[in-house]
Amino acid sequence: MKFKSLMHKVIGSLALLPLIPSLAHAFQAAPAARADYNGWTPHQHWDEVWHETMLDITILGVVFAIVTFAFMIMYRRKGHGERGKMPKLSAQAKVGWVVIPCMLFLGDDLFLYVKGFDLHNHLRNVPADAAEVKLTGTMWNWNYVDANGIDTDNELVVPVGKPVVLRMQSEDVLHSHYMNRYRLTEDLMPGRVTWEWFMPDQLGESVVTCREYCGTMHSGMYGKIKVVTQDEYDAYVAEQTASVPAGTAVASADKF
Amino acid sequence: MSGFMGHEPDGRPGQPKTVKEWVFTLDHKVIGVWYLIGAIASFVVAGLAASAMRIELGSVGPDITDNGDIYNLWLTMHGAVMVLGFQIPALLGFVANWAVPIMVGGKDMAFPRVNAMSVWLLWSGILLALANLVIPDSWNGMWTGYPPYSLTDGAGNTALYSFIVVVLGMSSVFGAVNLACTVAFMRCKGMGWFQMPLTVWCVFTANVIQLIFVPVLAASVILLSLDKYLGFGFYNPEVGGDVLLYQNLFWFYSHPAVYVILLPFMGIMFEIFAVSARNDVFNYKATVWSVIAFIPVSSDVWVHHAYVAGLPDWLRLLQTFTTLLISLPFGLLMLSLTGTLFRGSIRYTGPMWWAMAAFMMLIIGALTGIPNALSAVDYGISDSYVIMSHFHYVMAVSGSMSIFAGVFFWFPKLSGRMCNEFLTKATAAGFFVGMNIVMGPLYLAGIEGMPRRYMDYQMFADNATIVDAQHWSTIGLYITFVSALLTIVTWLHGAIAGEKATSANPWGSESLEFTATAIIPGQGNFPTPVICPEGWHPYNFIDNPKPQFEPHPGTSGHH
Repeated sequence: MKFKSLMHKVIGSLALLPLIPSLAHAFQAAPAARADYNGWTPHQHWDEVWHETMLDITILGVVFAIVTFAFMIMYRRKGHGERGKMPKLSAQAKVGWVVIPCMLFLGDDLFLYVKGFDLHNHLRNVPADAAEVKLTGTMWNWNYVDANGIDTDNELVVPVGKPVVLRMQSEDVLHSHYMNRYRLTEDLMPGRVTWEWFMPDQLGESVVTCREYCGTMHSGMYGKIKVVTQDEYDAYVAEQTASVPAGTAVASADKF
Repeated sequence: MSGFMGHEPDGRPGQPKTVKEWVFTLDHKVIGVWYLIGAIASFVVAGLAASAMRIELGSVGPDITDNGDIYNLWLTMHGAVMVLGFQIPALLGFVANWAVPIMVGGKDMAFPRVNAMSVWLLWSGILLALANLVIPDSWNGMWTGYPPYSLTDGAGNTALYSFIVVVLGMSSVFGAVNLACTVAFMRCKGMGWFQMPLTVWCVFTANVIQLIFVPVLAASVILLSLDKYLGFGFYNPEVGGDVLLYQNLFWFYSHPAVYVILLPFMGIMFEIFAVSARNDVFNYKATVWSVIAFIPVSSDVWVHHAYVAGLPDWLRLLQTFTTLLISLPFGLLMLSLTGTLFRGSIRYTGPMWWAMAAFMMLIIGALTGIPNALSAVDYGISDSYVIMSHFHYVMAVSGSMSIFAGVFFWFPKLSGRMCNEFLTKATAAGFFVGMNIVMGPLYLAGIEGMPRRYMDYQMFADNATIVDAQHWSTIGLYITFVSALLTIVTWLHGAIAGEKATSANPWGSESLEFTATAIIPGQGNFPTPVICPEGWHPYNFIDNPKPQFEPHPGTSGHH
């Protein structure tokens, strides 16, 4: 029965079909980097992907739960001697019930992977005009030094609309710098410089917390990022640098 | 049928009667019960730690303590004891030791003496872990023990931590070798690999994963002690080490370890689903292969614990994909579980209530895992309550509800008595509702940015979602607490004063531990070695041939 086994192969390979549009979508939607992510800031982009992922898993969960609940109610035992009537699966059905669900799962995985890849590129490519800030974590303090040499603890003041990149290192144990509004976390550790960048797009204050366990006062290690207008920022810089000798400012800015 | 596990179907003595016999026993069933007692004791200790933390977090500001070290000690004890003292011993100790040898028709484990050593190593580990509550420099570096913090004096006694992990690891490895040999060589005549119950397959696979990965964990924590006390510097960048080495080594074991927990508890679900629905497991062979597929797939997922730890971007993207691949074998297992109900004949017994509730929690827990696999999404939710809520839904709630389902399922075989059915169902409902109120709101708090491992959240005091979620979560704790307490009361009541079991097979299983043994299996489990006849299958509820027994040596007539 050579023909029959060939037929099996053909039918089996048909089950791979859903992979093709998924792959096509993958390569189409994830170029190395896009110049403009629909005009989204990185955290708006994050929110989009988050909502899409949530929608995805909600649909999966609701469908799965409805089917399970339906089975639970429909197949209650009615008589004392009643047995289950699981239909005998043919050889093709056995293979099909593995290959087709796997292709569906893989399709959804690839769909989400592409979204994540795109977002990853957005979050991990620093704009050329980003202002650098050096961040040092210690138990239990965040120390920011910006390019003007302004040295602050647990508070970073930045002008609105200008991307900021943080270059981070820890002096003692692991810490993790999480900016609540900007949806970004990255660990700080001794021996390596890590970084993250964000786009301050709205005036006001937002919370910064530590997200890697760092001892007794781990939950006391928090601060804020204050976004101000360009004019306010210029005034802030003038005020801060006036009280700092110029030489120190340059030295600390040169550190990174 | 006298007393606890006291039945001797073939008249042979051997069930423990004195304390000495209990302690020096080599019987896999008694050792299994020792594992269970250790696991439940650990569950109580770690549960009390969880309750203390939950009450502390009920409102902003100090509630019952303002001491960060005390809170961190509770947190460390909760995580470490729940994982290493409760879940792994309950599944790879109790289920593996008590149930698996009987399910495969063996008279004991392959190496009974090694088995006794494993259980006492576990108890040593549990007692050492409890000692951590009273020693002056108690370990507070969490169950993960990340350096450089674990190398500082603030973290407490690193040597104790390393030692406990190594002791428990040895217990696991000895147990794993023993169980793998039992499944491979102690199966009764006529039972092929594809005639084993799925519980056996899941426990077997979990133990293979243990064998491959536990040595890596042991190495990583031994290096920790070498670093701290002898100044080796594997994890110290000042002398050329790297702090990330530890995270890679640790999660190379510890993510597969979650499948070590997941697979056996899904195995319990399969057993209870099939028996309650009197139905064949959907696509049995494919399900077995999905279980086996966890071995290679789980070896390539550890980086998702370190997406924000400063690893190279290409590694994050690569492991995002390999992590997502776990959804294939896992999805097939979920499909098989639901499929097992299809055209079944479901009887909602007490164990089935627990298993059904565990399955519901597993659906939520599994789906909330998908976003965490995406590295870019993880930048926003890493180390937040989103992660905490996810793994509590999967491991903590679904896992412990399945374990409890299994305890209720095999309870008549342990004690010869039945648990009160109403209490069994009421506690299942209470635990399910309570844990949803504990963990559901915390997921929303996590989306708002609430980080894990915090004793207070004054920075979010004006965020109504977080404050309300914490408040409701603490209310949910009280429901869960009462339910868990009642569950233990139900067992004690069942063991002491429960209705006597009248059948050796109260749930109508086709598996050997119910069909071929007495109400309480005696020494050697079966009167004479059991034989699975041609065409026997543990999930054939329609025309399964009855298991047969080799003739008793005394009655064979010619020798």
